[in-house]
Amino acid sequence: MTTPAILLMILALLIVWGGLVVSILALRARPERDDLPPGGEDDTRDEGSVIVHDT
Amino acid sequence: MSAPTTSGNHPPREQFSGQVGFILSAIGSAVGLGNIWRFPGVAYENGGGAFLIPYVIALLTAGIPILFLDYALGHRFRGGPPTVFRRVKRWLETLGWFQVMICFVIAIYYAAIIGWALSYFVYSFDLSWGDDTAGFFTGDYLQLSDTANGGAWFTLDFVPAVLIPLVLVWLAAIVVLVAGVAKGIQRANVVFLPLLVVAFGILVVRSLFLDGAVDGLNEFFTPNWTALGDPNVWIAAYSQIFFSLSVAFGIMITYASYRKRRANLTSPGLVVAFSNSGFELLAGIGVFSALGFLAHEQGVAVGDLEGISGPILSFVTFPAVVSQMPAGPLFGALFFGSLAMAGFTSLISILQVVSASFQEKFALRRQTAALWIGVVCAVLSVVGFSTTTGLFALDTIDNWSNNIGIVASAVLMCVFIVWALRRGPELRYHVNAISTFQVGRWWYACVGVIVPAVLAYMLVERIITLVEEPYEGYDPTYLLYVGWGTLVVLVVGAIALSLPRWRRDPEDFVAWPPFPSSSATTTSKEAAR
Repeated sequence: MTTPAILLMILALLIVWGGLVVSILALRARPERDDLPPGGEDDTRDEGSVIVHDT
Repeated sequence: MSAPTTSGNHPPREQFSGQVGFILSAIGSAVGLGNIWRFPGVAYENGGGAFLIPYVIALLTAGIPILFLDYALGHRFRGGPPTVFRRVKRWLETLGWFQVMICFVIAIYYAAIIGWALSYFVYSFDLSWGDDTAGFFTGDYLQLSDTANGGAWFTLDFVPAVLIPLVLVWLAAIVVLVAGVAKGIQRANVVFLPLLVVAFGILVVRSLFLDGAVDGLNEFFTPNWTALGDPNVWIAAYSQIFFSLSVAFGIMITYASYRKRRANLTSPGLVVAFSNSGFELLAGIGVFSALGFLAHEQGVAVGDLEGISGPILSFVTFPAVVSQMPAGPLFGALFFGSLAMAGFTSLISILQVVSASFQEKFALRRQTAALWIGVVCAVLSVVGFSTTTGLFALDTIDNWSNNIGIVASAVLMCVFIVWALRRGPELRYHVNAISTFQVGRWWYACVGVIVPAVLAYMLVERIITLVEEPYEGYDPTYLLYVGWGTLVVLVVGAIALSLPRWRRDPEDFVAWPPFPSSSATTTSKEAAR
């Protein structure tokens, strides 16, 4: 491969796959906020559970 | 304090069982046929390695911002597109149904391509296509009507080899939809997405070690810097990102509505967006390694090969590669299996938009909506696309519904939400209040200026081109009825579906978290900043 082609390939891989790795690591480090506003807890349910209202 | 969210007369909303299930399903939706057969060709034809610069800029300034817009709308207003837009503004419901109609139309032809991939998966085992892969695809397999010699543009001559896998695809899709979001869609993605990555990964790694693969990669990545001065290259980059991410026609709105309220949105969104582009890049490397091998075997330059994009790449060029590869049947099966899995996970996301919207407006049970919609789509799909003229219809409807329908939908969504109704701050507040990755003011510029400007230019340019030149040299009368007719169906369907009254009042709803008024708390103001 030519040098420009190799450089472009490495650059693209670094940005796109690097972005993927960084975004996964960031999500793993902080999957959810721990300072959410109050409320918004009334729509969780399991399949087949007693109906609670949502939309 | 528990903020009020709804009155109690609505049934519970289905949910993805967790963040991983949502992310896998959203990636499964975004990674589709276009990642495999569109990206490599588009990149190659628009500057090779240099194309990756506008591509990355488009990802950051259009793809991710509009993905966040979809997520914010769906998650805050909790529904399919008609419910969401109705809750934003009563008269905007029609835009929601326009998006549903786009999904409906796309689903009926998209399934046909998955059917083709299934057929070719089976053909791979004995390389049924022989040496003349083009002749096999259009002649032996599709039995395409010979319009150049007076053949009809529309027939009801069914082709069993196309019809049978198509029916199987619809049966599978209906089963998944009936099973629901967690037990159907999520489960299908949890199974198929890892399988897809492994199968396609094996294929790419094998391709890298074929003779001539380096020449293919050289051709793919060598930059043509002058291309960066061509506005069409930039449009191609924005177009690729836009179509590839499955944004602006309801899918991501619907999927986000199945996340619990207290759920992180933007960080999973980044994972989805980069996964989609990462898969595209992987496809580019795999496809061009394989094309390099084919050119090497044929003793020609990679640039002289034809059919490096679209269905022809998959169903004509790739079979030729497979025929010449060592252990060709195995790699053929991996390729067409990957194509079928990528397509199927996207198909179910498209259908869920239609199903969810009908469930919500007409108060249908999930099973009822899924079954009826599945059956209607399946019948239309079989009638339109399993005949000897199915390819013409598919090609034409795909062009109009994507290049006009989806692009118009995106422009209208940005203009109405950001400019006319000024809901940008509320939506940014929403994602920032619940997400770990904070969206800055730059987002307004992206969804309010860059995306609508680029897409409006693209829309006008494509309309002019379609008016001036018959698409693909097809019969103008056929294009009038099937191409422009598709647009009429989308608009009329959207208006007609907006008219019936809702069985449950969608406006009987309070969004959470409440958007701070002028007397907002400091915390809320921080989130909105």
